[in-house]
Amino acid sequence: MNTEINLKTLIVKEPLKLDCGKTINDFPIAYETYGSLNKKKDNAILVFHALTGDQFVTGLNPITNKEGWWSFAVGPGKAIDTNKYFVICSNVIGGCMGSFGPSHKNPDTQKTYGTNFPVLTINDMVNAQYNLLNHFGINKLFSIVGGSMGGMQVLQFISNFPDKAKTVIPIACTSSHSAQNIAFNELGRQAIASDSNWDEGNYNDKNIIPNKGLAVARMAAHITYLSKKGLQEKFGRKLQEREDIKFSFDADFQIESYLRYQGSVFVDRFDANSYLYITRAMDYFDLGKQFKGNLSEAFKETKAKFFIISFTSDWLYPTQENKDIVIALNAIGADVGFVEIESDKGHDSFLLDVPDFLNSLKNFLDKSYEE
Amino acid sequence: MKNEFKVIADLIEKNKRVLDVGCADGTLMKFLKDNKNINIRGLEISKEKVQTCIAKGLTVIEGNAEKDLKQFPDKSFDYVILSQTLQAFLDPEVVINELLRVGKKAIVTIPNFGYWKVRLHLLTKGTMPITKTLPDEWYNTPNLHMCTIKDFVHFAKSRNFKIFKSLALNNQSASIINNSNLGIKNLIADLGIFLIEK
Repeated sequence: MNTEINLKTLIVKEPLKLDCGKTINDFPIAYETYGSLNKKKDNAILVFHALTGDQFVTGLNPITNKEGWWSFAVGPGKAIDTNKYFVICSNVIGGCMGSFGPSHKNPDTQKTYGTNFPVLTINDMVNAQYNLLNHFGINKLFSIVGGSMGGMQVLQFISNFPDKAKTVIPIACTSSHSAQNIAFNELGRQAIASDSNWDEGNYNDKNIIPNKGLAVARMAAHITYLSKKGLQEKFGRKLQEREDIKFSFDADFQIESYLRYQGSVFVDRFDANSYLYITRAMDYFDLGKQFKGNLSEAFKETKAKFFIISFTSDWLYPTQENKDIVIALNAIGADVGFVEIESDKGHDSFLLDVPDFLNSLKNFLDKSYEE
Repeated sequence: MKNEFKVIADLIEKNKRVLDVGCADGTLMKFLKDNKNINIRGLEISKEKVQTCIAKGLTVIEGNAEKDLKQFPDKSFDYVILSQTLQAFLDPEVVINELLRVGKKAIVTIPNFGYWKVRLHLLTKGTMPITKTLPDEWYNTPNLHMCTIKDFVHFAKSRNFKIFKSLALNNQSASIINNSNLGIKNLIADLGIFLIEK
């Protein structure tokens, strides 16, 4: 959204044919890197971000002035150790942090694309990001890692480019968006669409934003990232800066105030149309369907070593959906490890300080790099 | 590494594909990987032990032998190992059939309830036996279906499993079990090791 700060950008010259049938070319991919690429170029890790993430994985995000979204996991000495590995992360196409997205202007019309932007898929996103390998002259990534929608991109990437990664780490994700996942995304999209400021997606050129609708979308989604137990422990029925209930529709409860805050800060950093496009891409994701319903076929060509991680309290992408990927891989004798991490922090566990998770991730990477 | 694992390792040729069911902290897996170039996988129910294995660079899946063996295709491993846990399953016969479906061969070890110390304990003390291989009290033991070496041999025969090798282990040494010495081995061994095929 903010273009005043100089974002690192790769302009992809080559045409990219999208699943919707349209072709894009000369489009930007905004990326960031951490650590340094060694001489053998065998220490690169491509990190894929989730729905509302961006390329600023760790350290200070120059746009939001907040810590990067995966600061617990990525950095010097951390699970993904940037003293050792070269970490690349790019904003997905359809996003709003510099990569080609609906808030960009159409050069032909000089108008913001809005909902005239092509509908994208996870497949389109990884095909676009694949260009980063050539850009850095990397023949094979040491690892591809991502949680949630990042995990879906990991699965799609290794399916599309089976010999381009040595290790593959999909975290808290699924190979196919469930009816429940689609339902929650639709709730968010309808919240945006029902904000009159949205105006069928044509708000950018009028310098207004559908902030109310986008905030409600974020509030609803935020609930799905937490567990019931986590919410209960953190908030319970605690009241917000008051002695008693007020018999009004103010935020009496701390949880209400917390959600309202989450909604309000989100609208400052995220574009409503990007939210529509990216949630749509997630809903369309069904990797097995791309292989006539046989998920194993998606991984038949790869010799990569997989490590799949889920969390006990994640009800958005529950363990069973992660295990279905393990089962598909075992069915073809792939090299796959799996662990379900105990955590009360819900789907968000992968972003938080969950030591068993971070240790497992670190150990897997470091041991695999030695081999 | 315990003697049992050395005996198991000796039963497996180099460069094979092996699944260790209930691999615990991966000691046997690591030995097979490092010393025999085995393509080794593990299945383990404890999250903590799975994490220990991952820290050793071993490929392990968190799961339960009764439910999670079914994801592996028929004969997808040369050997499947089950060390001292058959007696702890609700339905050992289902598990052993799964082992023999997934593996071309299975290596199963059992704590021998016919071991003389076990018999003596029950005979003289009249309480449930506690030995090195059976360390738990009756009320907290995971073991549901204890058997003797003789029981296992009879079971394998009744189900037409081919027994390639039966070994009796006591403390130091392993020795071959055959039809003529079954009775005595059943008395002097605290562990039975069987290489079987269906």
